[in-house]
Amino acid sequence: MQTISMNINGVSVSGEVEDRTLLVQFLRENLRLTGTHVGCDTSQCGACVVHVDGVSVKSCTILAVQSDGCEVVTIEGLATGSHLHPMQQAFKDNHGLQCGFCTPGMVMSAIDIVNRNGCDVDEATVRKELEGNICRCTGYHNIVKSVQAGAKNMGG
Amino acid sequence: MAENGIGASVRRKEDNRFLTGKGNYTDDINVVGQTYAYFVRSPYAHAILNSIDTSAASASDGVVAVLTGDDLAEDGIGPLICGVNVTSDDGEPHRAPLHPALAQGKVNYVGDHVAVVIAESLAQAKDAAEKVSIDYEELPAVASTATAAEENQQQIHDIAPNNMCYNWPFGDKAAVDAVFETAHKISTLDLINNRMVTNPMEPRAAAGEYNSGTEEITLHVTTQNPHVHRLILSAFNQLAPEHKLRVVGPDVGGGFGVKIFVYAEELVVGWACRKLNRPVKWTSDRTEAFLADAHGRDHVATAEMALDDQGKFLAMRVNTTANLGAYLSTFSTMVPSYLYAFLLAGQYTTPLIYSEVKAVFTNTAPVDAARGAGRPEATYLLERLVDVCAEDMGLDPAEIRRRNFIPVEAFPYQTPVVQCYDSGDYPAALEKALQLADYDGFAARAEEAKSRGMLRGIGLSSYVEACGIAPSAAVGQLGAGVGLWESAQVRFNPTGNVQVFTGTHSHGQGHETTFAQLVTEQLGVPIENIEVIHGDTAKTQFGMGTYGSRSLAVGGVAIAKACEKLIEKGKKIAAHALEAAEGDIEFADGDFTVAGTDKAMNIAEVAFNAYVPHSYPEGLEPGFDENAFFDPLNFSFPAGTHVCEVEVDPETGEVEIVKYSAVDDFGKLINPMIVEGQVHGGIVHGVGQALLEGCQYDDDGQLITASYMDYAMPRADNVPSFDVDYAPTNPPHNPLGVKGCGEAGAIGAPPAVINAISNALGVKHIDMPATPEAVWRAAQSAA
Repeated sequence: MQTISMNINGVSVSGEVEDRTLLVQFLRENLRLTGTHVGCDTSQCGACVVHVDGVSVKSCTILAVQSDGCEVVTIEGLATGSHLHPMQQAFKDNHGLQCGFCTPGMVMSAIDIVNRNGCDVDEATVRKELEGNICRCTGYHNIVKSVQAGAKNMGG
Repeated sequence: MAENGIGASVRRKEDNRFLTGKGNYTDDINVVGQTYAYFVRSPYAHAILNSIDTSAASASDGVVAVLTGDDLAEDGIGPLICGVNVTSDDGEPHRAPLHPALAQGKVNYVGDHVAVVIAESLAQAKDAAEKVSIDYEELPAVASTATAAEENQQQIHDIAPNNMCYNWPFGDKAAVDAVFETAHKISTLDLINNRMVTNPMEPRAAAGEYNSGTEEITLHVTTQNPHVHRLILSAFNQLAPEHKLRVVGPDVGGGFGVKIFVYAEELVVGWACRKLNRPVKWTSDRTEAFLADAHGRDHVATAEMALDDQGKFLAMRVNTTANLGAYLSTFSTMVPSYLYAFLLAGQYTTPLIYSEVKAVFTNTAPVDAARGAGRPEATYLLERLVDVCAEDMGLDPAEIRRRNFIPVEAFPYQTPVVQCYDSGDYPAALEKALQLADYDGFAARAEEAKSRGMLRGIGLSSYVEACGIAPSAAVGQLGAGVGLWESAQVRFNPTGNVQVFTGTHSHGQGHETTFAQLVTEQLGVPIENIEVIHGDTAKTQFGMGTYGSRSLAVGGVAIAKACEKLIEKGKKIAAHALEAAEGDIEFADGDFTVAGTDKAMNIAEVAFNAYVPHSYPEGLEPGFDENAFFDPLNFSFPAGTHVCEVEVDPETGEVEIVKYSAVDDFGKLINPMIVEGQVHGGIVHGVGQALLEGCQYDDDGQLITASYMDYAMPRADNVPSFDVDYAPTNPPHNPLGVKGCGEAGAIGAPPAVINAISNALGVKHIDMPATPEAVWRAAQSAA
C-alpha cells in the first residue's frame, strides 16, 4: 500500500492505495466520485476520461500512484454551483446525451479538444478527435453539434 | 399548445444530473459491509464438469464464500426461464433445456457460469477465482448457425434432437409454391444476418442487500423492466416472494434490449446476499459482457420472390435458420418467429407469404432481442430482396417499391402474416426521402466520383415495424406468458406539484421529460412542478417496462388516462368548492371554471382542497391521485424510407457514407428533439451492423471478438451527420396518435447501407459487415 495525495476538483485529497489500483478505481471506490465511469477494460471506450494536469487522460490507463501530486479534474469539478460549464450546457442544449453513461468522458474529452484545437474546431476534426470515446445512444450527430457549440461557448 | 407541452423540443429534465456526474447507476451504489462477486466462467464452449474444488479459493484472503450450482440447487433456486412458447411443426412446444444459473454437470458456452466467488474486495474475489480448480472434460462444440442442425453435429441438449429448438412454418405453402410455378420471374437471395453484441455503454450490474429484520431483498439491477424482473425472480426462480423482493432499476446506461432479460448473475447476487446476510455487488467487465450478455440477430436465410411481368410481387418464400445460442434467454423464442415472420410483408401488397424458421441451439452465448428484435432481420431480408427484384426486372429500386406499396386508402391493412397495419402513407415517405436525398441528382454525383476513381452507390430501404408492444390479447394468443399493457399513476401533492409514476423504464429515452410534457399539456401544471418516477417496484405500480418502442405508445397513453380521471374528479371537487353543478364545470389550461362565469379554481387549489376535505359531502372522496392501465387494441406500425449514399474506394474497400436521409412516420411527435436523437442513434446502430460489427466464434466455440479491440463499434469518425424528416400519419387506435421511434434507425439502416454498397460495386449482394476487406474483395471480383 502506498499513500498518495493529489488535488481533485480543487480539493486536496490523500489516500492509501495498492500499487495496482487504477486512477479510476481511486476516484470511484476510495473517493466515491462515481461520475467517472468504466465502460470497458481495454482503454477503448473513453467513459473514464478525466483531466490530469490539464490534459485528458483515460483514468483506466494510469495507476493512482502515477497521479500522485497531480491536479485532477473530473466531471464533478466542472460546474460552478448550479451554473454548468459551457460544454455541459452545450450538451444539454443540443441533446448531446441520452443514457448519460458515456457523457462524463465525452464532456471531458470535448473540453480537451477545444483546448487543443480552438473554438472554431470543425466537424471533421471533432469526429476524428472523438475517436476514443464510444457512444451507443446518440449516433454522435448531436454530440458533434454539442462539441462545436460548446467550443463557441467556451470562447465566450 | 401548453408551453413545454406536446410538440415542444423541451430540453431534458434528466440532463443536469448526467452532465454533472450525479447519475446513479447500479455500480455507483455502495453500502456499508458490501462484498464483491466475481464469476468463474467456462473457458470451454462445451464440456462436462467432472469436479469443482473450491477449497483453495475459499481459503484465499478476504473470501466470504465460493458458491456453485450444487449450493444453488440445495437452496431450491430455480433455473432461468424463457417466457414465450412457440409450437414446433411436430405439434410439441419448443424444446427448453434446463438453464441453471450456475452450471450443474455441464457447461455449454464460453462464459457459462460455473461458480461465484464473493470477497471483501473485487481484487480479492478475482485473485481467489483463479484458485477454483475445475476438471473439465471437453466435448466437440457446435458453433455454426448454418450447420448446427445437421445430423453429424454434436448434440448439446438431450431434449433437443439435432440441436433443434423448434421448426416453425407459417403460411400456406402449397398456395405459395403454386404461384412460384407460374410466375413471370423468380428473384432469389441467400443472406446472413450477422450476429451482434448489443453493447450498451454501461455494462450489466447487480447489487443485492438483505434486510433480515423485514426479510426483504433489495436488488438494484441494470434492468429495462424492474417488475418483470421481480415477477420472474419470484415466481420462477423462488428467490423471494414478490412482496419481499424490491427490484430497482436506477439510472441505466442504455439497454437496446439486452437489459430486458433475467440473467444468471442477477439471480445469484440476490440469492447470495440473503444466504450470506451481506450486501453483494457484481459489475460486468466488458469482456464478460461480450461473453455472457444475450447477443442479437444471427440468421442464415434464403428468400425468394415471385413476380409478374410488371414487377408486382405475387408471393414470397423465406427459409431461415436462427441461432438461439446455448440456452433460451428470457424472450428468445419469439424473436425469430413472431417478431420476424409477421413483419415479412413490409410495406408491400404481396398477397402470399410462406416462412419457415428453424431455431437451433449452438455452443454460443444465448441470443435474444436486440434493438428492433426480429424486425431488423425481416426488413434486411425483404429490402435486400426487393433490390434484387428491381435488378432482375430492370426497374429502378424506387419504382419497384412504388408499384408494390400498400396504397394509402387500403389502411387499416390486413397483411397475409397476421399483422393488421394501423395507418401509413408509404409513397409520401418515399417521395420525401428521395427529395431529401436528391435522388435525381445521383447520376451526376456518381459520374463526378468516377472521375476521381471512386464508386458511388445509393440505396433505399422502406421499412415497417410493429411497435408499442402489446396488446395483451394478441401476445397471449401467440404464447407469451405475460400481458403487455402499461400502467400509470398521477399523484398531486397537497402543495400542487405532481408525481407521475410510470411502469415503463427510461434508460436514455428521456421519459422524465416526454411524460412531463404530456402532463403539462393535459393538466396545465408547469413542467418544473412535475416529476416522473420509474424503475422501483417499491415506488411504482406494476408495469411491464420498456422495449419494443412501447413506452410512449402504451405507457404514455396510461398517463393520459390517469390525467383524464384527475380532471373528472377535479370537476367534482371544484363543483363542491365553487358551489356549482358538476355539469357546469369546465376544465382548460389548468383551471376549473364555472361555465359562463369568472368563478374558477386552479388545479393546484383543487389538489389542496382534495387533501383538506373539511366539509365534503357524502360520496365525494378526498385525495387527488389516480391510476390507470392501458391495453391497446393493436400494435403501432411506424414506417419510413431511408436513403443511404456511399462512396467506395475500390483500391482499399473503404466505404464512406456521404449522405444519409431518413423520413419516418412515427405519428405525432411529443418532443421532436428527443425523437430525432432516437433516429440518429438507431441509424448508427444499423450502420454499425452493416459496416463494422460482427460477432465471431471460431469452430471450437471460442469467442474471438470479445473486446472493443476486436469488435468494431461505430465511432464518431465512421459516420456522418444525418438528414431527418417525417411523413406522419394518424394511427386511429392510439389515443395520443403516437407510434414509437426507438428502433426505426436500426431497422431501416442495414438494408439502405448494403443496397448502396451493392449499387456502388454493381454486385448482387455483399454480406454484413461490409468491412473494407469484404468490400475490396467484392470490388475486385466485380471488376
